[in-house]
Amino acid sequence: MSDSAERRLTADVLVIGGGPAGAWAAWSAATNGAKVVLADKGYLGSSGATAPGGTNLLYLPPDKEMRIRAVEQRMKQGGYLAEPAWIHRVLDQVYTNMELIEQWGYPFVRDENGTPMRDHLHGPEYMSIMRKVVKRAGVKVLDQSPALELLVDEFGVGGARGVSRQDDQTWEVRANAVVIATGGCAFLSNGLGCNVLTGDGYLMAGELGAELSGMEFTRRYAPAPAFGSNTRSRLLGWATYYDEHGNELQGARQGDFLAERLLKGPVYAIMNKADTPEKQALLRKSHAIFFLPYDRAGIDVFTQPFPLTLRYEGTVRGTGGIRIAGDDCSTTVGGLFAAGDAATRERITGSASGGGAFNASWAICSGTWAGKGAAAYALSHQHSAATRDLRPAGRYGLGSASASNGTASSPAVTSQELIKEIQNQVLPLSINYFRTEAGLKQALHRLDEVWKRVNGQVPGNVLEQVRARETAAMAATARWMYTAALSRKESRSGGLHVLAEYPDQDEAQQYRLLVSGLEEISVRTEQVPVSGSPVVPAAAAAASGEVQAG
Amino acid sequence: MIELVSEERCISCNICVKVCPTNVFDKGDDGVPVIARQSDCQTCFICEVYCPADALYVSPYAEQTVEVDERELADKGVLGSWRAIIGWGPGRTKIAAIDTTPFIDRILPPRTIRPQGVSEVVRGGS
Repeated sequence: MSDSAERRLTADVLVIGGGPAGAWAAWSAATNGAKVVLADKGYLGSSGATAPGGTNLLYLPPDKEMRIRAVEQRMKQGGYLAEPAWIHRVLDQVYTNMELIEQWGYPFVRDENGTPMRDHLHGPEYMSIMRKVVKRAGVKVLDQSPALELLVDEFGVGGARGVSRQDDQTWEVRANAVVIATGGCAFLSNGLGCNVLTGDGYLMAGELGAELSGMEFTRRYAPAPAFGSNTRSRLLGWATYYDEHGNELQGARQGDFLAERLLKGPVYAIMNKADTPEKQALLRKSHAIFFLPYDRAGIDVFTQPFPLTLRYEGTVRGTGGIRIAGDDCSTTVGGLFAAGDAATRERITGSASGGGAFNASWAICSGTWAGKGAAAYALSHQHSAATRDLRPAGRYGLGSASASNGTASSPAVTSQELIKEIQNQVLPLSINYFRTEAGLKQALHRLDEVWKRVNGQVPGNVLEQVRARETAAMAATARWMYTAALSRKESRSGGLHVLAEYPDQDEAQQYRLLVSGLEEISVRTEQVPVSGSPVVPAAAAAASGEVQAG
Repeated sequence: MIELVSEERCISCNICVKVCPTNVFDKGDDGVPVIARQSDCQTCFICEVYCPADALYVSPYAEQTVEVDERELADKGVLGSWRAIIGWGPGRTKIAAIDTTPFIDRILPPRTIRPQGVSEVVRGGS
């Protein structure tokens, strides 16, 4: 990017990302007295994995016994890498925030007793309310404005630069605190709403030396129509599966069944367990998005077979992301905060997937905490960001002008070529689901070769510039994932990391794995912080016999 | 993928240009947005939700383009159907207000185990 941006703004807090986590962060920072700018690659209200469909929440009424049971259950499922105090914190905060969103106009249905059913949100409704609330709080929203790199000085982060992709302008926002809420990384696998999630925030944070945690817990694919994008699959609980000859297959959407079968041949489903018009009508009014692609393809899912595939979901329904160092979702970089899927969710999910409920509540809570923390940090900063001696920190995929990684200039390559090669190493079930040491090592080697070429991309316009940077972010994310996966020589509860050579959970590896660095990737372990809340001791987990990953 | 911007129906509000998360549309010289980057479409259908004129059609095929016939889509009531299901637009009930998701566990097929209140924490599942 050129040294002077065409549009320059100064704020206290910059939020990068306009999905749920970014929206809550911006609202929270503004409510806590900060001047806030939110920049989203797409549009606050439609961007991200939540907006097009719906999402369940980890949400329980304030019933102590019920909550303790849920926390104990999750601790076990999450391989004891979560923290009870953090799960309780999320349960408390999400309850408060759902009361707020009801006040803001979300029309929760009520059950027979008049209790509002606040454990599910419809994406378009939820996010359009969030947009209104964020704007009402005084936040300046920059839509269609992807951030490309952070600004930094010796005190830490000081804002970001990016492009306004519909009017071909560059922007720079100076702010003493930055919340990364850019979502996870799904490697353009065409999951619902997920192609905007390319790991951009991981790379930006990584360039400032932030650590990532839990990147090995990324073995996650979602059932979807073979021809379509819809990765919301809960309703497949009412499906029976068949092979191409119409023979019934025994299996469920969870576990290894679909992955194993799809390597052998096509799999079809019929939703024939919803066997009455009443049941069918009930399902249609729950996850309406599930039916849309089939209806449009002329398939009656209750009576006719439809073909399934698995789409890779990376860190979106995996759990890894930027390491959270403080209760306010601060990172180890001064002024840098992380929220939502951009942050690791291990503190509440451990080694299990947060997809389908935990991640949605995490986005709400981590956004709220990060926004508040960022506001406090920024407002206590002694220098205005406008006067700090900030420099752009981006080094990869920014075009030849910014390629300063010390290597000789790379030969020219298109983003499309590199994306294809990254996807070839990351999307196949044979590499990333059925993980072996040999398979991961070979894939990592090839990704290292891709990495050497990311600065050979020569973007010709603003849109190509964004794609080149996304490509670098996906390459970095993939390398962190496989480096962490090769370092965890076990299979941990939850099924998000299973290594063929080490099929059992190893109590000696009951720690988190932190990765950092871009040229050379370092790995270190972190013991799970002990909190005062009830924890089942590790010995009990080993004795339960249910810790083996599936 | 997005396959149609109906010139007949479009009111040139450019909302689709503004809200598309993957920036698929460009403003058109004649006021009707053009599908400028179809291969970037992620088939999320959200442009249809926002379109006040029922002028857009996203086909269910995420990885291939298909021929569509506007007249046929209109006659079958497909244009605007997703917005109608979501319940956006004057006089409609939002689907959020009639959401049955909290009650689907009551009609679960036999032998599927779901702990109450934490519906998605089944080991390895979501």
